[in-house]
Amino acid sequence: MNISHDLGVWIAALMTLFILSFLYKDNPLYKLAEHLFVGISAGYYIVLNFWTVVMPNLVDPLVRSFTGRDPVTHAVVQQVGGPFQGTIGDYRGWLLIPALLGALLFTRMISKIEWVSRWSLAMIIGVYAGLKTTGFAQGDLVAQAQGSLRPLWTGELWSSVNAIVFTIGLVTSLLYFFYSREHKGALGVAARTGIVFLMVSFGAGYGYTVMSRLSLLIGRFQFLIEDWLGIR
Amino acid sequence: MNLAALEKLDRRWLFLIVGLLVLGPLLKPLGLPLGTSKPVKMFHDAVAGIPDGAIVLMSCDYDPGAKPEVVPMTRTAFRQLMEKRCRVVITCLWPGGSSLVDQTIESVANEMRAEGHDLVYGRDYVDLGYKAGYEAVMVLMGKGIANAFPQDQRANSTASLPLMRNVRDYSSFAMLVNISSGYPGTKEWVQQVNSRFHLPMVSGCTAVSAPEYYPYLQSGQLKGLLGGMAGAAEYEKLRGEKGAATKGMDAQSLAHAFIALCIIAGNVLQWRKRGARS
Amino acid sequence: MKRELPLLMTAVIGIFMILSFFVPHHLVGVPADYLQQCAVIVVAFGYVLGGANALRVNLEGIARRQPDWPYKLVLVVSLIATVVIGLADGRRWQEPGTASMFLYDRLYSPMQGTMFSLLAFFIASAAFRAFRIRTVEAGLLAAAALIVMLGRVPVGDALTSWLPESIRMSAFQEWIMNIPQNAAKRAILMGAAMGVMATGLRVILGIERSYLGGGD
Repeated sequence: MNISHDLGVWIAALMTLFILSFLYKDNPLYKLAEHLFVGISAGYYIVLNFWTVVMPNLVDPLVRSFTGRDPVTHAVVQQVGGPFQGTIGDYRGWLLIPALLGALLFTRMISKIEWVSRWSLAMIIGVYAGLKTTGFAQGDLVAQAQGSLRPLWTGELWSSVNAIVFTIGLVTSLLYFFYSREHKGALGVAARTGIVFLMVSFGAGYGYTVMSRLSLLIGRFQFLIEDWLGIR
Repeated sequence: MNLAALEKLDRRWLFLIVGLLVLGPLLKPLGLPLGTSKPVKMFHDAVAGIPDGAIVLMSCDYDPGAKPEVVPMTRTAFRQLMEKRCRVVITCLWPGGSSLVDQTIESVANEMRAEGHDLVYGRDYVDLGYKAGYEAVMVLMGKGIANAFPQDQRANSTASLPLMRNVRDYSSFAMLVNISSGYPGTKEWVQQVNSRFHLPMVSGCTAVSAPEYYPYLQSGQLKGLLGGMAGAAEYEKLRGEKGAATKGMDAQSLAHAFIALCIIAGNVLQWRKRGARS
Repeated sequence: MKRELPLLMTAVIGIFMILSFFVPHHLVGVPADYLQQCAVIVVAFGYVLGGANALRVNLEGIARRQPDWPYKLVLVVSLIATVVIGLADGRRWQEPGTASMFLYDRLYSPMQGTMFSLLAFFIASAAFRAFRIRTVEAGLLAAAALIVMLGRVPVGDALTSWLPESIRMSAFQEWIMNIPQNAAKRAILMGAAMGVMATGLRVILGIERSYLGGGD
């Protein structure tokens, strides 16, 4: 055993044990770690978005376009055209609009004027509704339908059986979600067959979820054993 | 132990058993043999098929919550790319992950430098860091990578980096290697980048997400898939490495066997109780 | 102004984003690119708003001496300290050795990992106490779960090593993942895609207005 002498490793190990103590029962050490984690996370997200988005994508281009100088080195920046003569990827003064929309988001904290934040939300919702509609249509609908159009007879018995089973599974699972008609008769038989495939897929998903959760525990134990206690 | 006692078993006993079953093999490995599955082989072969020296985009969209599953994949994939003398541009779309990704990449780079590889940050690999915006960032990069990332993870101007002078948009990349643990991740890259810009891609993901991506693998939208710690371990085996994922598989095996036993035992108890009642 | 302008904005911007997928002309492409850049910036402000809101809610809790208010004080102090340290570290705040990276490596990262690792214990407990097979469908689910759980790890093949390789647990698991599971997941994927497209169009056309919230 070669216990670590690094203060940081000890702090990490203690926090890990504080959180794991919840398994015995809820206790002050767990509550302390939990609140500390939430506070640090929230603070980290603020700092991260400030230094990685607000500064380089908003403030720096605005400073460059209005002062003609690089905000970090203060060197003169060669710019063709004025602050509102942007091109693709170089929007200069036009970035005042997202700056304003971003600032208006904070009106959500003041109930009398929180309706103003709807403008910022409308912009975000419009962008993402558009992106998701086309993304899902192309990536999940068209491409998947295209991928399903495979020959049922492949030349080999086993792979042909698989192709037929796959197609039956796909069609019957899709029909299960068709709620415009009551699941009776042929549609009922198809829907009940679809349920079989859906249950198998949920079971497979459960199996993989178990694997995922256990992996996270293995990772923490590896840290405690190797980095903290220096056992292996 | 009678049925009633088992039924009322305090769950903390189960927690203890799980803890011991995970701890045991980590302290004393069992050496259970590991296979290799087809999706993992496809991932490995797709990366191996990238022309040597090509520029590759590696988007590591995860945070420390999924570290044991995705960090081994990141390490092995990055090493494979570096050994092929590929030049790698790394991005991260998860707010909590950019520092972890940078540390992981730099750790592999340092190991390879110690082995004698000549790797220079800015020339051979660049970490552009985190950007907020989910799918909007992905599509924004389509018109120019530097438009979305004016500076890198280390606050250097992107334009000043030698590698980035050869990178314009997605057409500059031979492949996208995406390691992800949720949203935004593989699904969004398939929908927004693979579908729109036709950039070939492979994915490494957490086991929770993996079943959802099998349809993309079958349709050819993904050229390979690593699912969870098992996928990471198999990939390490194919690469001849023995990383953290491989070391964790014995513990994974025992714990899975125990969970399976719990499901069976819980139901046997239930049926016996119902039988006793009737 | 309070509802009509946001609805109009959503409609115009949404239609523009859809158009940009089909029309490569710069008259569509440049404004679409600009809107995406705007979205990136506004989303970043959203994260800052989230942190600020957490601060406000917990400060109120401390002022009202709600139960567990000392813990809320810990939260507030750690939040403010992280922000101050991060801002003080400057643009290179993520370089190794900074105080921000100490907080990240020794507090944030291990605590987040441990929070998620608790799920492993609860999934074991739920498997014993809550997973009940009462119908044929549930039995199918359980059977598939058991095969996949054991087949995906070395123990499955170790238990079935006496069988030919093509019918061992891992081969069976791989068949389940590639054929029945894949078929059902594809159906769910396609169905969900149609749902998202419908919802997206409803939002863009102003039929779905829940994102505006209540009030006037």
